[in-house]
Amino acid sequence: MSKVVEERERVIIRFAGDSGDGMQLAGSRFTDATAVLGNDLATLPNLPAEIRAPAGTLAGVSAFQIHFASRDILTPGDVPDVLVAMNPAALRANFGELSRGATIIVNEDAFTKRNLEKAGYGDVNPLDDGSLSEFRVHRIPMTTLTTRAVESVEDASTRDAGRAKNLFALGVISWLYGRPTEVIERWITGKFGERPAVAKANLAAFNAGWSFGETTELLSVQYRVAPATDMAPGTYRNITGTTALTLGLLAASVRSRVPMLFASYPITPASEILHELSRRGRHGISTVQAEDEIAAAGIALGASFGGRIGVTATSGPGMDLKAETIGLAVMLELPLVVIDVQRAGPSTGMPTKTEQSDLLLALYGRHGESPLPVIAPSTPGDCFDAAFEAVSLAIRYRTPVILLSDGFLATSSEPWRVPSVADLPAIDPNFAVAPEGEEGWQFEPYSRDERLVRPWAIPGTPGLAHRIGGLEKSDRTGHISYDPKNHARMTELRAAKIAGIADELPPLRVDGDSDASVLVLGWGSSYGAILGGARRVRLRGEKVAIAHLRHLNPLPANIGDVLRSFDRVVVPELNSGQLAQLLRARFLVDVESFTKIEGQPLWAPEVERLILGDVEQAATSTNGGGAR
Amino acid sequence: MTAVTDLHEGNGHSGPLTKADFQSDQETRWCPGCGDYAVLAAVQQFMPELGIPPERIVFITGIGCAGRFAYYMDTYGMHGIHGRAPAIATGLATAREDLSVWIVSGDGDALAIGGNHLIHALRRNVPVKILLMNNEIYGLTKGQASPTSVVGQVTKSTPFGVADQPFNPLALAIGAEATFVARTLDRDRHHMTDVLRAAAAHEGAALIEIYQNCPVFNDGTFFALTEKETRDANQIRLEAGRPIRFGSGGERGVMMDSGGRLRIVDVAEVGEGALLVHDPGRGDPGLAFALAKLSADVSGPTPIGVFRDVERAVFGRGSAAAGGAASEDQLAELLLGGSTWTVS
Ligand code: SF4
Repeated sequence: MSKVVEERERVIIRFAGDSGDGMQLAGSRFTDATAVLGNDLATLPNLPAEIRAPAGTLAGVSAFQIHFASRDILTPGDVPDVLVAMNPAALRANFGELSRGATIIVNEDAFTKRNLEKAGYGDVNPLDDGSLSEFRVHRIPMTTLTTRAVESVEDASTRDAGRAKNLFALGVISWLYGRPTEVIERWITGKFGERPAVAKANLAAFNAGWSFGETTELLSVQYRVAPATDMAPGTYRNITGTTALTLGLLAASVRSRVPMLFASYPITPASEILHELSRRGRHGISTVQAEDEIAAAGIALGASFGGRIGVTATSGPGMDLKAETIGLAVMLELPLVVIDVQRAGPSTGMPTKTEQSDLLLALYGRHGESPLPVIAPSTPGDCFDAAFEAVSLAIRYRTPVILLSDGFLATSSEPWRVPSVADLPAIDPNFAVAPEGEEGWQFEPYSRDERLVRPWAIPGTPGLAHRIGGLEKSDRTGHISYDPKNHARMTELRAAKIAGIADELPPLRVDGDSDASVLVLGWGSSYGAILGGARRVRLRGEKVAIAHLRHLNPLPANIGDVLRSFDRVVVPELNSGQLAQLLRARFLVDVESFTKIEGQPLWAPEVERLILGDVEQAATSTNGGGAR
Repeated sequence: MTAVTDLHEGNGHSGPLTKADFQSDQETRWCPGCGDYAVLAAVQQFMPELGIPPERIVFITGIGCAGRFAYYMDTYGMHGIHGRAPAIATGLATAREDLSVWIVSGDGDALAIGGNHLIHALRRNVPVKILLMNNEIYGLTKGQASPTSVVGQVTKSTPFGVADQPFNPLALAIGAEATFVARTLDRDRHHMTDVLRAAAAHEGAALIEIYQNCPVFNDGTFFALTEKETRDANQIRLEAGRPIRFGSGGERGVMMDSGGRLRIVDVAEVGEGALLVHDPGRGDPGLAFALAKLSADVSGPTPIGVFRDVERAVFGRGSAAAGGAASEDQLAELLLGGSTWTVS
């Protein structure tokens, strides 16, 4: 049977099923095959909050979304073109986000009376009641077909058959979008090599899904998404924000020749960093799973005192507990990297959901005047650069640095151009040593260089033994001091040192139309959505400029000028307007705040609507003159 | 005792280390008569014996009167945050195996706000020596009840007497799987030095409880053990391999009764052979625990010395952070990861 092949520029597929159905695996394997094919892509998992939510219920639905295209893409996409629903709950949980005409592929076998009830459909089967008439629905008895395919495999159990239906679904979708089968087959063989029966069962299921696509009349069209051609030359890999971040830390350790000690306490979603780094023992990184968040910060700071790079990572609630140690690090002026993978708060909030609501906490959430650098990555791959920079700043300025990632960045993925090691800047820890042969020389731990940076004198260095602590210290000597003028001076010095970092920062870059009246200014993980939204607007022939902040403290030196050079400045954030509030206070500019606090990332169409609204409004107010 | 050689390594000094090499130029600021002075002097006096140059010794302290200790030692030091010294020291000791790391803490610092860090440092067997100055009161904040204040003790925060059960620091440490647990007295330099020596020789975490007199807020609490008139009758000095006896003529001792309980007995009545022979190296912590709990309070016979000293794997030994950073080749390989593709 010959099938029609249609070209598509971009496709968004969402794999959804019960958390036991293996949807994350199906999605990741599809991603691998897509990456190898040379499509640009972005992915995002959506995991249930409970580890073992009751099977078949809405709470137990796990999903994985992939957006791939023949040109560069910026986000994992919002509205899926294709939904794979392994049970009624998966259909029900995701149905609301589909637009008319979308393709729905269901495991028909799972639409039993009991499953329909658990999903809240009662005794109505949505496959039969006409409610899906505006969609292209493919009903495939996946459980039956998988069982049949696996039956022929020697030694495979019924359990193996039951667990392989995700690979059947993956086979169908792989055929539908012409993904190479070898990548997935190789993975299956590698993964289950030790259990040949399981490997064979999974291969059988995958191949059965593929052949089903090829032969059935249900699916009449196969789609082709050509390799992306607008990617810069280089070697690429697919990477999540978490992996990029850990590699950035590691790279900074290599380029500074300073070993690293990473300490953290398990917390969602930051734990993944601990998991990844705990495998790096042979690569100059030790990990300690601390007894609590406070200890994790203290252990990291202790290592920094010893001349290592102390790093700790957490999510929202953990930041509250780390505050006192961060304050101590400000006072001690020692390097410390604190990674906050932000999640929806307050309190426990929604641990698996993303948010950007720790910005003001990072900037100000400590007692006393305690300024420190705050930086935020903008894409999964950018987590590498941000982590590298965080370590570099911490070492070179002897200061704690807060890196604000978030759940969305940590778990989503994109193709990443692998940097060459030689291109990464070297970081000079510049450890202090005593001068030779200078009679009567006295070490002053709080003397400063021209950037106001104090010496990093580590235990073991002869002639530099000294004591530091949380008490206010005397300028230069570091002795305890309660002198009023000295406290004022030290407070100023600490602030000036951090503010001075702005001297080495690149100016805030404005992209898009420099003659636009509207500037969209963002920070952190909303970069892709803002860029995508701006692109949509410009395709419509409207003008818009965008800028994105990597450095939240200190801010780039030219930001005030940028803000003042546009009629309107819109700041979209996943919080209640924290950056907007800051900019208004600092620069007296009437910044317009767009806020979204739903535990979901910002999406390009939202930004598009936002900008269009503003463009029109801006036009009205300019043209309106004095008419009103 | 370790041979003392020239350990000044480029300090511009020469000759063997002395107490003076460990005295910083900072003026000590404890109240007159405070037990902390005696501990500081004993520690400074003992340090040369370690045979380690001062720059490879680090004192990490918490907050409280004892927290100032770090400023007075001419070594590297950090006066940290309340209760967190064990956490900070854990990071330092893990990252730097070449250092000798000491913690100085108090009963409030170690057992109230820092209780969690203390028990985990002991459990992990982090290579740190912890001096816990127990004065059964909050001194720096001027006289509130601490976790070791005894029931009925009147303090600023308990005008009608402490109502809650205090911690027994040694029993707590043994329960936390500590490998070295000892107790000594601020007013017995000789005993304290013996205990410091044993702790320094121990490979892992060592907890030393020091009964420390606070003349301002809790004067005389430990006098039954420290003063000339009463100390012989009350100090039960634990010595490895020796029957546990005390009293000016060794007329009293400790034995285990048929119910497995430790009892204080007259040697004349039970005979020397019935006495318990002290063995700090015993793997089972039961007897050490029972000895820690032997006295209900410090006004009567109380054991001092090394209760427990056993070997166990030391935390962080051979850790990556204590070595070197990865090589550029290793990094290049990790950056590539598993599957890659090329765009030309
Ligand atoms: S308050 Fe007590 S413990 Fe503190 S310094 Fe004074 S005497 Fe010593």
